[in-house]
Amino acid sequence: MHELSIAMSIVDAVTEAASAYPGARVKEVRLRVGALASVVDDSLQFCWELATEGSPLAGATLVIQKLPVIVHCDACGADAQIDGVQSFRCPRCGAPAADLRQGRELEIESIELEEPEPKEPGSGAPEPVEEHL
Amino acid sequence: MTTRIVELRRGILKKNDELAAGLRGRFTSAGVLVLNLVSSPGTGKTTFLERTLRELHARGARAAALVGDLETDNDARRLAASGVPVRQINTHGICHLDAEMVAKHLDAWESLVLAGLDYLFIENVGNLVCPSSYDLGERIRVVLLSVTEGEDKPLKYPGLFNSADAAVITKIDLAVPCAFDRELALRNINEIRPGIRIFETSAKTGAGMDGWLAYLAEQARPS
Repeated sequence: MHELSIAMSIVDAVTEAASAYPGARVKEVRLRVGALASVVDDSLQFCWELATEGSPLAGATLVIQKLPVIVHCDACGADAQIDGVQSFRCPRCGAPAADLRQGRELEIESIELEEPEPKEPGSGAPEPVEEHL
Repeated sequence: MTTRIVELRRGILKKNDELAAGLRGRFTSAGVLVLNLVSSPGTGKTTFLERTLRELHARGARAAALVGDLETDNDARRLAASGVPVRQINTHGICHLDAEMVAKHLDAWESLVLAGLDYLFIENVGNLVCPSSYDLGERIRVVLLSVTEGEDKPLKYPGLFNSADAAVITKIDLAVPCAFDRELALRNINEIRPGIRIFETSAKTGAGMDGWLAYLAEQARPS
């Protein structure tokens, strides 16, 4: 149950990144999570709600993209995706494959921000009216 | 309103990873071999470590241990009986150690000189899930599995077993009463982490400890 720590780390990183865009609201946070990252999606979603409650990130959607494990096979030289995480063998030649090329990722890919329309002349605050006396 | 996508492409645990990289640099320049011991609660990490520390101490090696638990300093008191410096980390509910806790405790441990050590063992909180994500700056991650736990533990917790550098089977003196299927356990560990070094041990009888201690000596030798 370290999903709460993970959720809080995401909140910190996203808050920091979003601070460069004053006035923007974070709508969506997209993650890339490897099949071996030991993160349970439902649990992370639950903790995300808890961690963002009452903060500027409240209501932001967390989108979790799961990445399968890809191994590099020393025997046949292939990089290949394995099904599941129960057997680390090259799916082409069957040799044991310890060299991981993907599957441990735990990263924030991007955030989607909603920003107020940029102010154009004449749109925002009323222009000062020149008075000709 | 307009929408804007900002690419971040950053690790969620970047802060931990950076701290761990700093620790690894400190350990390397001090010439100390750091091992992170991970298992379920009840595997016998503390008993195994106690025996390891006692044997190392008797052979003149300089070792120390940091031990993580949610509460109590029972393990630190048990380990201190081996004669080596020991410090307890209480996480107060957190299910794993992280690099910040390790760094904080090393800094506060004024009597400990890293450069004067051959080995530093970090006994993680008993948990086979969460510690896999947190690098502590260790050189070797050791996963422990006891004969009382079932041979399919590696298949149930692939994230951690796959991240380990060495595996230790503990309590082999109980293998027969537990009807432990040794071949199956070895096969399962190898299926999840092909080629990993496996040590079959009993801290009670001392079986297999020589092989483990020889491995430690070989790993500690400057390359």
